[in-house]
Amino acid sequence: MTHNTPERRRRGRRPPIVLLILGCLGLALFLIPLAGLMARTPWSELPRLLAGDLVTDALRLSLVTSVLATLIAAVIGVPLAWLMARVEFPGRFLIRGVVTLPLVLPPVVGGAALLFALGRRGLIGDPLGELTGLVLPFSTSGVVLANTFVAMPFLVITVEGALRNLDHRYEAAAATLGAGRWTVLRRVTLPMIAPSLVAGLTLTWARALGEFGATITFAGNLQGRTQTLPLAVFVALESDRDTAVALSLVMVAVSLGVLVMLRERWWKAL
Amino acid sequence: MVSGRRLALIAMPVVLIAACGGARGGETTITGAATGASLQGELLVSAAASLADAFAELGSVFEGAHPGVEVHLNLGSSGLLRQQVLEGAPADVFASADMANMARLMDAGETSGDPMIFARNRMEIAIPAGNPAGITGLEDFANDELLIGLCAEQVPCGAYAREVLRNAGVAPSVDSNEPDVRALLTKVEAGELDAGITYLTDVLSTGGAVEGLAIREDVNVMADFPISTLVGASNPEVAARFVAFVLSGQGQTILDGYGFSSP
Repeated sequence: MTHNTPERRRRGRRPPIVLLILGCLGLALFLIPLAGLMARTPWSELPRLLAGDLVTDALRLSLVTSVLATLIAAVIGVPLAWLMARVEFPGRFLIRGVVTLPLVLPPVVGGAALLFALGRRGLIGDPLGELTGLVLPFSTSGVVLANTFVAMPFLVITVEGALRNLDHRYEAAAATLGAGRWTVLRRVTLPMIAPSLVAGLTLTWARALGEFGATITFAGNLQGRTQTLPLAVFVALESDRDTAVALSLVMVAVSLGVLVMLRERWWKAL
Repeated sequence: MVSGRRLALIAMPVVLIAACGGARGGETTITGAATGASLQGELLVSAAASLADAFAELGSVFEGAHPGVEVHLNLGSSGLLRQQVLEGAPADVFASADMANMARLMDAGETSGDPMIFARNRMEIAIPAGNPAGITGLEDFANDELLIGLCAEQVPCGAYAREVLRNAGVAPSVDSNEPDVRALLTKVEAGELDAGITYLTDVLSTGGAVEGLAIREDVNVMADFPISTLVGASNPEVAARFVAFVLSGQGQTILDGYGFSSP
């Protein structure tokens, strides 16, 4: 391989000292809060704290709602990404902005907007409740909805980017060989963007797991029904710091475990 | 949080209105204005969420009397504010919605001087304007057909609300434990919750958007609000003067205007 030699030379050289210092500062910003959390952890009390039903309820609810939100995002987010990447329509740049909005909005604003739209007195929530009796605020479905709203942009943006960068000739070749559009999508397009798809799903799941503002604003806070891990941490911080720290540690462990594992297996391409 | 600069701007009209006798209670002089010239610096007041409006006015009137002082408010649930102080966040004055959080700061040696009760508050049933769910009293809190919200039991308004319900012998069917009283009030005001229990002063603060149902005297609780200067105060003199101002007749008149009772 001809590119091996310059590659090795580049690696052998010591990194510029300025980059090294700034980079380490960047890393420290991530590590120091974690160290603070570890330092405050009552390690010997941990098993007792983690066995409490506040923790187990919140963990179960967080896992269920974040996975459901990720599944919903996959079912409606990937088609949206495909449309945005492949179909020319006026105002596409506006749609792209709208899709990105939940990434930059404070989640509390998103939660309030959801409440105005889908609350009992909301624009859609009111007629929806009249017709079906469905009340989304203060329900587990409300948590899933808030999670999906806040987290789905990660999936849409990642998949849309991958689709736009895809070499169209592969799909064209499959089509000339007689594959229908659905077959091309299933057998050629999706396998080719698989790494981005998994990365997008992972980020979506991680964001949903950590969701706080939109959830507490739209779905409220009730143990076992809407109290996810972040909400339990926030409330526990008021009165019982040890439990709050234990809950935080669970979040860090679960998130880090999944992210590291997936990064090793899937993200090498990125 | 209200920025000091903004407070300074709105302080001017407040002083003018007060000077014209338009302020509640009709006090026409700002006490301490003559001696306040020497006071300088920033004052960070950590105050319970339910004190938001009253302390915004107290802060701006205090700034009006002491032009060199900028009052910054740090608002939140008393427990969160207490936690911030214990973790070393800078604050000069702490005003809590309950004695428990103040006591924990005293035990930790974070308060300077004895905390004083500066206001009392009673609880009230908060319902959306027009009372769409037809709430008539505390008994409705046991109805699981209704959407009922309380403050989380870890925050003072949640502890008081549960005490009231216990006194009334009602086992509530709660749909949401809100992180602080203002969050609860917002959801009642939006009509998403059919009823909640907040302080009387919070119901008054909505100007009619939330209606209040009085709770019978024999089951209601009186909430004591204590205030203290903190050991970590960067400006102990200004902090002490602010606490004295809150406790003064003028401070009490302002608090009374928001529905608080004098201790």
